[in-house]
Amino acid sequence: MENPLKEEELKDHITISYKPFAKYEYSAGQAISKYLEGLKEGKIIGRKCNKCGRVYVPPKMYCEDCFRPTDEWVEVKDEGIVETAVASFISWTREKIEEPEIVGTIRLFPSKENDYVFPGVFHRICCSYEEVKNMSIIGKRVKAVWKSQRKGDVNDIECFKVI
Amino acid sequence: MRKVGVIGAGLTLFRRRMLETPQELAYIAASRALDEAGLELKDIDCVVIGSAPDAFDGVHMKGEYLAKAGGEKKMVSRVYVGGATGVMTAISAWYHVASGLCEKVLAIAEEKMSPARPHPQSVFKYIWDPITEKPLNPNLIWIFAMEMHRYMAKYGIRKEEIALVSVKNKRNAMNNPYAQLPGNITVDDVLKSEVLVWPVQLLDVSPTSDGAAAMVVATEDVVRRYTDTPVWIEGVGWTLDNTSWPGRELAYPRYLENAARMAYKMAKIERPYKEIDVVEPYDPFDYKELHHLEGLMIAKKGEAPTLLKEGVFDIDGDIPSSPSGGLLGVGNPIAAAGLMKTISIYWQLKGIAGKMQVKKPVHTGVAQAWGDLMQASTVIVMRN
Ligand SMILES: [Zn+2]
Repeated sequence: MENPLKEEELKDHITISYKPFAKYEYSAGQAISKYLEGLKEGKIIGRKCNKCGRVYVPPKMYCEDCFRPTDEWVEVKDEGIVETAVASFISWTREKIEEPEIVGTIRLFPSKENDYVFPGVFHRICCSYEEVKNMSIIGKRVKAVWKSQRKGDVNDIECFKVI
Repeated sequence: MRKVGVIGAGLTLFRRRMLETPQELAYIAASRALDEAGLELKDIDCVVIGSAPDAFDGVHMKGEYLAKAGGEKKMVSRVYVGGATGVMTAISAWYHVASGLCEKVLAIAEEKMSPARPHPQSVFKYIWDPITEKPLNPNLIWIFAMEMHRYMAKYGIRKEEIALVSVKNKRNAMNNPYAQLPGNITVDDVLKSEVLVWPVQLLDVSPTSDGAAAMVVATEDVVRRYTDTPVWIEGVGWTLDNTSWPGRELAYPRYLENAARMAYKMAKIERPYKEIDVVEPYDPFDYKELHHLEGLMIAKKGEAPTLLKEGVFDIDGDIPSSPSGGLLGVGNPIAAAGLMKTISIYWQLKGIAGKMQVKKPVHTGVAQAWGDLMQASTVIVMRN
């Protein structure tokens, strides 16, 4: 009853292509606006809940654990530990790319090794494919490499580099 | 709460690029489920639709769209919790009956992933935070590769150990008449396959698929009237973690442990590794099955690979895992894949799983699904 199509059959079909005419103007909100302003100045800004001590990076206006407003802006270090790193050989549309793009997550300071939640960012990591493959990059201490021309965007950080 | 049982289930073939439309696939699966139950559509009171992002099928408001497969003039609702949707569809059908609202519920899950161009991957671009994540041009496989590498780093697990999941599930899928990617492959085949996002390679991932699944859930009275081999839903659980995945320990699925505890408490399971006879953990990636066996507390943290190597999770092992072949072997039409896992457990407990039937006698089975930004999990416990 069910009929899968073959690759060659697909070529005989008419493809209707169309681009959705959808444009968005996002509101960053109070917390992310401040975060982006911080990036422009070369700083990583978080927001702290004084009840549980959790520091949110990127910042949040309320603590999701305590369900109350967070209390203060804090500047965290632009340094941390590589929690995980991967090397992508495909683009976001799944086309093959030759030079792998290396990304990962970084647990920023102040934080402790056994924290389940921590101020953390997802970004590019400047290291070789070999260091990802042999996993030596995981656990290394890294620091943000800032662009000289910044505009208040996550791409104001070029990548995180081992120090 | 009323006692709830399952009396019928149906699947379509899981394949890439199906000629049938999403509505037709949903209709085929629903008809097969009604046939197995011995019911007609007019006997059904409520319909639950499960489907993952609308963008896959390219139809907005897929709940209303798919409701054409049996929902007209009935109470219809749609559930959506990302990849966790398939099991949530069964859970939602369960609470329609458990609450006393409905007698007989038809649960339908459908996904058609292959129409998206240039690739279904690109549809995932719109699940990221538009300001802090999307500007980095992420690909969905990135986050799973990140989670997989974290899991490997934290517990010292090697790729060879993880690849065994893909080998096992594709082998199990050879017994499944609905499967898209069955096969006898080796660990070496996995390790030599195309590197997508290291450490994820082509054979570590489930394929792009189209397909539908459906299940009929009913009250105790109805179940006893229609079958002598009842299968009951005795525990359900579902939870969500935060979306701040870069600020969270990725080596362990806390969200799943929470969902599992809820389901086990309801089903009065105290020692999951002793009391569960067969399990269908969600396996869109091979490491994910191991991750989930740990979150389900069937294996201790970091120890699932060792048990896998010892054969515990083989079809003739102590706790067969993914005897259907899972998403890696059967295919991954997202919501349909989760309901397929639930149906696989139902067929095992009813003893009608055919060549998929596990060797040991089974009394308690668990199906699980997972999704969103590594944060949602759904668990269902069934008994015969
Ligand atoms: Zn707090």
